[in-house]
Amino acid sequence: MASIIQTRGLTRRYGRQVAVDRLDLDVQEGEIFGFLGPNGAGKTTTILMLLGLTEPTEGTARVLGHDPTHDPMPIKRQVGYLPENVGFYDDLTGRENLQYIAALNEIPESQARAKIDAALATVGLAEEGDKIVGAYSRGMRQRLGIAELLVKDPRLLILDEPTLGLDPDGTLRMLELIRDLNRSRGITVMLSSHLLDQVQRICHRVGIMIQGRLVAVGTIEELARRKLGDAAGPSLEEIYMRYFKET
Amino acid sequence: MWKVCRKELADHFNSTRFLLLFCLVFMVALVSTYMAAENVHKALQGNTKPSQVFLMLFTTPGKFFSLVQFVAFFGPLLGIIMGFDAINRERQLRTLGKLLSQPIYRDAVVNGKFIAGVITITIVLASLLLLLSGMGLVILGVVPGPEEIARLAVYLLISIAYVAFWLGLAVLFSIFFRSLATSALASVAIWIFFSFFMGFLADLAADAIRPVYSTRDLRAVVANERLAHSISLISPAVLYAEATGAILDPFQRSTSRLLLVTPLEGLSLERFQGPLPLDQSVFLVWPHVVLLIALTLICFGIAYVTFLRQEIRTL
Repeated sequence: MASIIQTRGLTRRYGRQVAVDRLDLDVQEGEIFGFLGPNGAGKTTTILMLLGLTEPTEGTARVLGHDPTHDPMPIKRQVGYLPENVGFYDDLTGRENLQYIAALNEIPESQARAKIDAALATVGLAEEGDKIVGAYSRGMRQRLGIAELLVKDPRLLILDEPTLGLDPDGTLRMLELIRDLNRSRGITVMLSSHLLDQVQRICHRVGIMIQGRLVAVGTIEELARRKLGDAAGPSLEEIYMRYFKET
Repeated sequence: MWKVCRKELADHFNSTRFLLLFCLVFMVALVSTYMAAENVHKALQGNTKPSQVFLMLFTTPGKFFSLVQFVAFFGPLLGIIMGFDAINRERQLRTLGKLLSQPIYRDAVVNGKFIAGVITITIVLASLLLLLSGMGLVILGVVPGPEEIARLAVYLLISIAYVAFWLGLAVLFSIFFRSLATSALASVAIWIFFSFFMGFLADLAADAIRPVYSTRDLRAVVANERLAHSISLISPAVLYAEATGAILDPFQRSTSRLLLVTPLEGLSLERFQGPLPLDQSVFLVWPHVVLLIALTLICFGIAYVTFLRQEIRTL
């Protein structure tokens, strides 16, 4: 398996504060990678650097084989990024929002229509596509956010706190949607979260980031063995708390 | 860039804000020009028509102001309303991060929005001018000659540059300020400053630097007046008023408010009081136009650079 995201010594400082500290991260093609950590650990900064939206102070990153700082266009074309609390043009319909995204991705109008219909159907918004986004519930907005990513047929999804603020039902639908996209289409997913049980449910591997440093990477079982010994039924929560207390 | 531009154009034309503004501007312009046309019509009855009477439609005050004064005064508002929320609305909707993660360059966002604004302004002003010309044709019964049409076209271009300056300023503030209200107020504050206070300020500064102790001291009066004039030229409103004044009034031979004329010169001026050809009028206001466009570009340039360097994290 090839690394789809690879960072070496990636560092971002804001003044004297270090947001991301010498990050070495590898995300493999085809996996769901959970990026964990408390608020302010540097997850979002890392994601922005991967997309070329923020310049690293030091270190290098490769996403899909391209350098995000100097060559962001191919990355932006193939990566779907869902920001935390994604926003929409509230006075446009869901479909119109998707049309704009399709236009920005230079998808010809003849193909865009079919892609938009398919994306709306995938996220379960086929019926609501022509309502204005201002009338959407939070769960619907979040799913519309995923639909926007699907319009451009991404190879990699980067989701920043995709389940934040959703009710249990909405959370479940979102997680199932992510898992389904990964399984049926082979899309690699990197998602950041601080909600551990959710990550545990769908992620193949996790990385724990605390105060800008990646303190552990591996499958949940690996981390459990390393930290808890052979405790039965490893809980990510327990592993995480161990790491958290140590730093 | 054109994708962004197209969407912004659609937004402009669909927005209630734009519709209201458009109706307001059209109504005021229509009424004031109608009154101006009536005045000109009455004044001309029984007289032979002077040359280029058609332009008087735009420069003659109706009851309160002429169309040119109206555009000079309210044009900025048009630009400000089109631009004050260009970037910070995207921030408020939390769409900016998403927008920038699409395969477009960052400058495409600013450029697209600015160009969409300029296109909208062009459409509004051009249709306004055409509509009023049509009305003038009917009321005055005068067909504009090629030179008058050319002068109107130059006037249109200068007006677009003028409103574009305010658009650029508003876009700049929409990048600086995160709050919509703050950026709107900042733009309006600058507008009021330049429109109302610049004249006072220029006079005040001129009086301080080159005081006039006696009105008989001609040299001091001239120096004072020249300085005040130069200072007031910082204001795009003044630049615009002087430039369009000379373009639409072919009898105006100078943009200076003060001319020293010896008795003999006065005599010759009166004897040869003919209209200037268009190229001479343009030549007269060329510096004004260049300055106006330069100010617009400076505003837009600062906006552009600020946006490119802004940390996305803070967006």
